[in-house]
Amino acid sequence: MAKEEIVLMKGNEAIAHAAIRCGCDGYFGYPITPQSEVLETLAAEEPWKTTGMVVLQAESEVASINMVYGGGAAGKRVMTSSSSPGIALMQEGISYMAGAEIPGLIVNVQRGGPGLGTIQPSQSDYFQATRGGGNGDYNVIVLAPASVQEMADFVELSFELAFKYRNPAMILSDGVIGQMMEKVVLPPFKPRRTEEELEKECPWAAIGKKKHRAPNIITSLELEPHHMEEKNLHLQAKYQEIREKEVRYEEILCDDADYVIVAFGSASRIAQKAIELCREEGLKVGLLRPITLWPFPSKEIHELSKHVKGILSFEINAGQMVEDIRLAVEGNAPVAYYGRMGGIVPTPEEVVEALKKELITK
Amino acid sequence: MTDNEIIKPENLVYSKPKLLNDNPMHYCPGCSHGVVHKLVAEVIEEMGMEEKTVAVSPVGCAVFAYNYIDVDWVEAAHGRAPALASAIKRLWPDRLVLTYQGDGDLACIGTAETIHALNRGEHIAIIFINNAIYGMTGGQMAPTTLMGMKTATCPYGREADIHGYPLNITQIASTLEGTSYVTRQSVHSVPAIRKAKKAIRKAFENSMRGEGSSLVEIVSTCNAGWKMSPEKANKWMEENMFKSYPLGDLKDSTNLE
Ligand SMILES: Cc1ncc(C[n+]2csc(CCOP(=O)(O)OP(=O)(O)O)c2C)c(N)n1
Ligand code: SF4
Ligand SMILES: [Mg+2]
Repeated sequence: MAKEEIVLMKGNEAIAHAAIRCGCDGYFGYPITPQSEVLETLAAEEPWKTTGMVVLQAESEVASINMVYGGGAAGKRVMTSSSSPGIALMQEGISYMAGAEIPGLIVNVQRGGPGLGTIQPSQSDYFQATRGGGNGDYNVIVLAPASVQEMADFVELSFELAFKYRNPAMILSDGVIGQMMEKVVLPPFKPRRTEEELEKECPWAAIGKKKHRAPNIITSLELEPHHMEEKNLHLQAKYQEIREKEVRYEEILCDDADYVIVAFGSASRIAQKAIELCREEGLKVGLLRPITLWPFPSKEIHELSKHVKGILSFEINAGQMVEDIRLAVEGNAPVAYYGRMGGIVPTPEEVVEALKKELITK
Repeated sequence: MTDNEIIKPENLVYSKPKLLNDNPMHYCPGCSHGVVHKLVAEVIEEMGMEEKTVAVSPVGCAVFAYNYIDVDWVEAAHGRAPALASAIKRLWPDRLVLTYQGDGDLACIGTAETIHALNRGEHIAIIFINNAIYGMTGGQMAPTTLMGMKTATCPYGREADIHGYPLNITQIASTLEGTSYVTRQSVHSVPAIRKAKKAIRKAFENSMRGEGSSLVEIVSTCNAGWKMSPEKANKWMEENMFKSYPLGDLKDSTNLE
């Protein structure tokens, strides 16, 4: 086996390197802080000279996502990245991809909103990411990295899931994870798929109609209501299968916990420190970190809620994931929320204080 | 000659392109879309590109183009076809990648995608059906609607003060460095159809040679939207549309026949 390559880099750079290494066929994006390093790194690496990966700066996020739609429709492993306002512009394209069952990867390095908001980090696109975000009944597979290592690892994982289920996948990161530098083990180089491999994996792809088959038509349109309902039921069955098979989460010190903090992404890093502080004080506090935000670890949180005195949803937004936690807990235990907005990243001490105030001493 | 002699293969002078299937078309009688579909199918077939064509359909009356021409299709969001096509062509450089779009799709909601794909010199061919109206949604004003022309959203006629001016996007396209073939045709008569077919062939060949983008505008009728019989619509087009949108090549640096 080749030697592991350990390097120090930003989360955004890790995304770019991981894409080149995992056999990604194309990247299409438009600059926006705090994620421009993804496109900048790709431009500097010039992967079109090595792996043949296409890299294109598009005229807008609208164009970027539609390039991803086109590329995915043609069976290719393609991706885009942006930050919140740009992801808002992509919702039409993501909805079309979900409707037409086209795989692809969208990376959102979130910043605070609404509107132009701030370039500082935030987790306020949770609803947008986990509820579909565009028009229609659909879901996107959402992975929330909590480290630079996971930024790198989730690129390939996202492509795997996206192609397995023919569905768009999203990495929901934020300005903290995108900008911070950490040690990362880069994945080994994997060649891009050959035409034969692609045809085998994606017999549905629009790449030119071979004599032996009917035309491949990629569309989200169906005017006959019964057929459209059938199509929707098919999508819903697929989403149910994803809910059953693809939930990912991490539990830290939950076994004996009286209280549990639920936090994802950068907030989970702060929460991890917060539970350490609690344990030092003799408070039995654990952390549940959802890795997939959709599908959400509802069952796991439900089970946990039977044995704890309270659950704190800690998120860097106005309280969005807390709704999913309440739905999962079904009244088994008190559920509280703590968070900050506007680009403020709370300290572990603040989280401990909130836990005490909202749940322990209440 | 008896009937049986006439139908002998060696006497065959014309046939429907094989790529054009037998699905009944949803287009209104007299609509230009049907004729242009036939030309697109014929050219793909004559070039032997059946197995290497990826076509992108618009949102507009031609949204169902994929029901009639038996090649692989991707149905784009409204106006975004050139973005999809750009990616597909870059990822599959040996494929013939074309878009088929209306004037609302290409020259209004998708203006940015159109201009930038053309200006990047994407090796794609864009077929642009300019009927100066939104046919699919019931005949509303398009950016290409002529001054004074009545539509559902300018029922008293297009006025500059209220609605602004018709957009000549093909002319703009001809000024872009990325384009190498920009032409305006029509399909209202047999000679016009022949010329339009040659233009489509040139655009497709150009895109396969990788020498820049091609735009073929077809000045078209929408008899339903214009509320005219097919015959009257053709006449009205000749008398009015051709003045604002004169036929002919606007740019040709292809060195192709
Ligand atoms: C985002 C979005 N906005 C509006 C529409 C509604 N719509 C469908 S087709 C169309 C206009 C089509 O006109 P054109 O492109 O000229 O095509 P034609 O039908 O005339 O061939 C509109 C506005 C839509 N489908 N999507
Ligand atoms: S509405 Fe107009 S463009 Fe649409 S099919 Fe009818 S005539 Fe053609
Ligand atoms: Mg039109």
